[in-house]
Amino acid sequence: MAKRILAVDDSKTMRDMVSFTLKKAGFEVAEAEDGKAALNVLGGGKFDLIITDLNMPNMDGISLIKNVRSGSSHRAVPILILTTESDGTKKADGKAAGATGWLVKPFSPDKLIELIQRVCP
Amino acid sequence: MMSEGEAYPLEQFRKTYFEECAELLDVLQANLELLAAGAGSEETLHAIFRAVHSIKGGAGAFGFSSLVAFSHVFESLLDALREQKVDATPDVTQLLLRASDALADIVNAARSERALPIDFASDILTGMEEALAGASGATAAASATSGIEPVAAHAAVKGERSYRVVFTPHTEMLQKANEPLLLVRQLRKLGGLTVDVDMSRLPAFEVLEPEAAYLSWTFVLETGAPQSAIHEVFEFVEDDCDLLIEPLQQAAEAVSAAPTANATEAAPAVAAAAEPSATVAPTPSQSIRVDVDKVDRLVNLVGELVITQAMLTEQGSLLPVDQYPAMIQGIEALAQSARELQESVMAIRAQPVKSVFARMPRVVRDLAATLGKEVKIVTSGEMTEIDKTVIEQLNDPLTHMIRNALDHGIESPDDRVAAGKPRQGTIHLSAAQRSGRIVIEVSDDGRGLNREKVLAKARDRGLVAPGVNPSEEEIDNLIFLPAFSTADVVSNISGRGVGMDVVKRNVQALGGRISVQSRFGAGSRFTMSLPLTLAVVDGMVVSVGKETFIVPLTAIIESLRPQPADINPVVGRGDVLALRGEYLPLTYLHSSFAIESAVTDPCQGIVIIVQTEGAGRIGVVVDELLGQQQVVVKSLEANYDAVDGISGATILGNGRVALILDVARLREIGDKPGMRMTKPARETTSEVREDMNHAA
Repeated sequence: MAKRILAVDDSKTMRDMVSFTLKKAGFEVAEAEDGKAALNVLGGGKFDLIITDLNMPNMDGISLIKNVRSGSSHRAVPILILTTESDGTKKADGKAAGATGWLVKPFSPDKLIELIQRVCP
Repeated sequence: MMSEGEAYPLEQFRKTYFEECAELLDVLQANLELLAAGAGSEETLHAIFRAVHSIKGGAGAFGFSSLVAFSHVFESLLDALREQKVDATPDVTQLLLRASDALADIVNAARSERALPIDFASDILTGMEEALAGASGATAAASATSGIEPVAAHAAVKGERSYRVVFTPHTEMLQKANEPLLLVRQLRKLGGLTVDVDMSRLPAFEVLEPEAAYLSWTFVLETGAPQSAIHEVFEFVEDDCDLLIEPLQQAAEAVSAAPTANATEAAPAVAAAAEPSATVAPTPSQSIRVDVDKVDRLVNLVGELVITQAMLTEQGSLLPVDQYPAMIQGIEALAQSARELQESVMAIRAQPVKSVFARMPRVVRDLAATLGKEVKIVTSGEMTEIDKTVIEQLNDPLTHMIRNALDHGIESPDDRVAAGKPRQGTIHLSAAQRSGRIVIEVSDDGRGLNREKVLAKARDRGLVAPGVNPSEEEIDNLIFLPAFSTADVVSNISGRGVGMDVVKRNVQALGGRISVQSRFGAGSRFTMSLPLTLAVVDGMVVSVGKETFIVPLTAIIESLRPQPADINPVVGRGDVLALRGEYLPLTYLHSSFAIESAVTDPCQGIVIIVQTEGAGRIGVVVDELLGQQQVVVKSLEANYDAVDGISGATILGNGRVALILDVARLREIGDKPGMRMTKPARETTSEVREDMNHAA
């Protein structure tokens, strides 16, 4: 069965691109536009991986990660954060909250797929 | 870049991106306004940051490097503001506003694939960098390379080397969903691997925490890959483990890949994860994004449906009720549903006027600064919804009205004080829905119209004949006449040869009306009334000979059957109608459109008095008024060809095509016989009908 991935980003462009890349690689993809929406989607099914942006309205990526890690349904699911920051603070914040890994925007489709296979084969 | 791979629908993504940019720029603008007005909250700043951040994110994906570079510095400054390393002084807010304008320009350039001058907005960039430099510690972020992951420096290492890797996960590493097995597999991809596992930390089963990491590993890896590749494998877990990577053969070199021992960082992760999830109340997404084309198609389809329904209703009215009760009931139900469907579909395309209103404070501030006036703008009713097609065309007239109010209405601060008013003038912009139309008002508390001056000027220009004494209202509305300007000096603000007549023409093109009320010394109020949509028009159905025309109701002032004594021929001007002491030129539709067997004597037919832009009020002579109804506008250009004097067509309940008159043009056609339609109208309507049937 295809792996199910939840892509969370407030930018439709990013969601579209991530989603397109993943679907082409054979993953099943759901999208959410912020942390709240993501939790809602997670409540409705089982996912194998979450990819999330950090800067989002309503609920940002950090809070989303904390929520997921302290919840019961997806606490052990790998979470990749998308960040434009090449300096370490955002990564560290994400890591501290419980993110599995990170991906610096902009990224190539190959890099994205490779990374997913690294944390969620 | 994401542009790799042939099957990549990059155009589609680009389109989405620029649509999104437009929205983000609006958000940016609106929130910067708030910030500048001192009304911003913490969330305002966050929203501003997110907007720039999202624009930057997408720009990177498409390789718009100047956009990335600019938004990066912009973002850094915003971040510094967020972290309160920089204060939001008026200077800084001004800088942000200018940066937001520049950002919009850069986005537009990227969209149209135009190159900007190399030094574009460099002063703003410098300004932002200086503001950042003022904040200690933030400088580094600004000058850092624009968010691109440094490529791992591949050392030119030929041949295999052996490394010893000692990997000891911290107990909580697994809680971040990092799986040691995957790391092992990843390592094995690099070369030959021997693994030695250390189980000494494994506790007795009864005290074993299932989610804690107890094992540690020692690997010996023989690989041609550089040492950085091994580090990359452990990239995500570096902070969550003790890691030692050392080359085996040249122990002497001892490239000490410093074992990163940071057991001290263990605690926060767990503490953070233990935070209660109070905010988990899931709220389902309240909106979806739909391509405008799809909605337009829907609007068109519903239009067709309404026409068919009207046709059925007309046929149904011929049926004897006692024989076909169910049929007639069904037709009535269909009419009801069709009407509701049409309203609902039109509502999809409706948008709050906020998107246009939001741009106005900026116009006011910039212009007030240029003019040396002190003005504030108050808006209300921003959430009033109006069809997207109307909104798009609202910006120009509205901007012009605001400029006009600032330039001609509001006095200079000193003049205001002398007149006993507060130094700061106020412009009020409001929108409201009234009886199926949108009413937008722009009022100011400025000097108002000087009727004596207006009238004198109008007489001077021959706009008002000597001896005629217009009412106060009529005098006020003289300013909408072409080339009328009340400014003493033609300024470069609103006196650029673009007067209120252009505003009026724009508004009328939208099927709207504009008027002004004013009190000298106290201010003016411009009132625009617009239809909710351009897709449906309230029309008067009239007949001329065997043809049927639609006259937009908004243009009609009154209809009457004149007495023979009221009709007077004027040499070179055609016939005029004497109406309550005024002489209105008459336009005969049958002659404009070469229609045979029509009523030629106005006293036998009907004269419709309509308001035109250039020529004031005119009388249109038709045979008969058939009734008033809403009609669905079909573009003539799309189905046939543009015809002078006709703004569109519609299909009536009986299946016949009726042309919608462009009353604004009628007088001009009437004036210049050479401009008349060369084909008789009947021929045109039947051709149009054929074309529309083909199209349908």
